[in-house]
Amino acid sequence: MISNKENSKAELIVIGGSAGSLKVILEMIKNLDDHINVSVLLVLHRKAHSTNILQALLQQLSPLEVVEIDDKTEIQSNKIYITPADYHLLFENKKVMSLDSSEKMNYSRPSIDVTFKSAAEIYGESLIGVLLSGANADGVEGLEYIKKNNGRVWIQDPETAEVDYMPRHAVEAVKYDKIIKPHELAAYINQL
Amino acid sequence: MLEPSIIKDEEVEYLIKDVYDMYGYDFSEYSRASFKRRVNRICLIDRFTSFAELRYTILNDPEYLKRFIEEITVNVTEMFRDPLFFKALREKILPQLGTYPLIRIWVAGCSTGEEAYSIAILLKEANLYHKSLIYGTDLNPSVLETARSGVFPLQQMKLYSENYILSGGKKDFSDYYTANYDSVRFDKSLQEKLILSTHNLVSDSSFNSFQLIVCRNVLIYFDRGLQERVFRLFDNSLENLGFLALGAKETLRFSKLDENYHQVDDQRIWKKLDHN
Repeated sequence: MISNKENSKAELIVIGGSAGSLKVILEMIKNLDDHINVSVLLVLHRKAHSTNILQALLQQLSPLEVVEIDDKTEIQSNKIYITPADYHLLFENKKVMSLDSSEKMNYSRPSIDVTFKSAAEIYGESLIGVLLSGANADGVEGLEYIKKNNGRVWIQDPETAEVDYMPRHAVEAVKYDKIIKPHELAAYINQL
Repeated sequence: MLEPSIIKDEEVEYLIKDVYDMYGYDFSEYSRASFKRRVNRICLIDRFTSFAELRYTILNDPEYLKRFIEEITVNVTEMFRDPLFFKALREKILPQLGTYPLIRIWVAGCSTGEEAYSIAILLKEANLYHKSLIYGTDLNPSVLETARSGVFPLQQMKLYSENYILSGGKKDFSDYYTANYDSVRFDKSLQEKLILSTHNLVSDSSFNSFQLIVCRNVLIYFDRGLQERVFRLFDNSLENLGFLALGAKETLRFSKLDENYHQVDDQRIWKKLDHN
C-alpha cells in the first residue's frame, strides 16, 4: 500500500514567525495565486498594543482577503487570517476559532506553540506548520506536536533567516518535511 | 513549555459534570479549547499525574475546589489595558453619562479589579465620581478579596502608568497610590464607590440596571450559545441608550441583539438603541 501521507489533502497552513519573519510573509503574500485551496493562518510575535496596521499592510499586497481574527471567527479556505496581538489563538473545531488571553507562553502572546498544538489536535494530517525566522524558541515544541499528529512541517532555511535561532533550533529538533527558502513559500502554497 | 495532555476529551466532560453535581458551578458551555488547556495546566502546577487523582481531590476536598475555580478561570488583567479603549471611554462615553443624576456601571468578570479601579480614576478625572456607583462582580470570591484590598504589585506600575498616559491621563499616576516595598496600595477614595460581589454570568440573573456595562475578555472563554445568553443578560440589565463595552477582539456582530445596538466608531463599544 502506498503511504498517502504526502498526498493527504492539506486544509490549513499555520505560519509562525518572530523577528525577521515579516519580510518573508510579505514576499509570500505578493506571490500567492488569487485562489488557493487552503486557509492560511499567521501567528506572529508583535507588540501588545499594535493596531490593525498589519492587516492593512498585508491586504494591500494580497490577492486574497486578509482577516484579523475576532473571537469565534469561522475559518474559511482561500483567506488569510492574522492572530491579533496579545491573544493566544485556539481551535474549537475545524470551523470555529477562540481567543484566549491567559498567561504568556515562551514570553509570548500569541504563542506559536499554543496554536500549533491546538491546530494539530483538530486538523491532524491535514495541517501544515511552517516556522520562520525568529530569536525565540517558541514554535519548536509545537512543530513536534504537529508531526506526532501526522501533520507536515516546513521550516525556513536557517541560512536565509534574518534571525536564525528559531529555524535552526527547529531543524535540529524536529523531523521536518521541507526546508524552504523565502521565495519558494508562495509557490508551495499555490500547489496545495 | 507547553502544558501536557494529561486529561482526555471525554474526561473533561466527566470533570465538568462532577463539579456541577457537587458544587453547582457550571462550566458545560465554556469554550472547550481553552478549558482543556486550563485543566491540563492545573494538573501540571499541582502535580496531578492522572485524571483520577485530580477528580478524587476535587470530589473529596471542598477546600481544593476554591483553588480549582481560581486556576481554571483566567485572571490575567491590567489597569488601562488597551489604552485607546479607555481614551474612548474618557472622551466619548463619560461625557454622555455625565447627564444622568446617578451613574451606575457594571464591570462584569472584574477579576482582581484593575479595570474597576481604572474606571474609578476616569470618573474622578471627569468630576463624575461623586455621583457614580461601580459594581464589580466575578464568580471567584478570592479574586474579589484582592480587588477589595486595593493592593497590587509594584512591578506593574511602570506599565500601568504608561497605559494611563496613553489613555489621555494628565496627572502623575503615582498620585493614586502609596508604594510600600514590592507592592502599592491604591487610594482608599477609589474604593468608596466600588461595590464588589460574587456573580456568576452562567447562572445568576440581572440584579440592577446600568448605563454602562464593561465586560472585557470574559466572553472569549464561553461558547457561542452561552455568549448569546450573557448578551441577553446584559441587554436586560442595560438602560435604553446605555453602553456595552467588550474586549478588543470580542464582538456583538455574531449575536441576534446586534440589530438593537449601534457600534461607537472603531471601538468595541455598543450603544443600545432606544426601543420601547
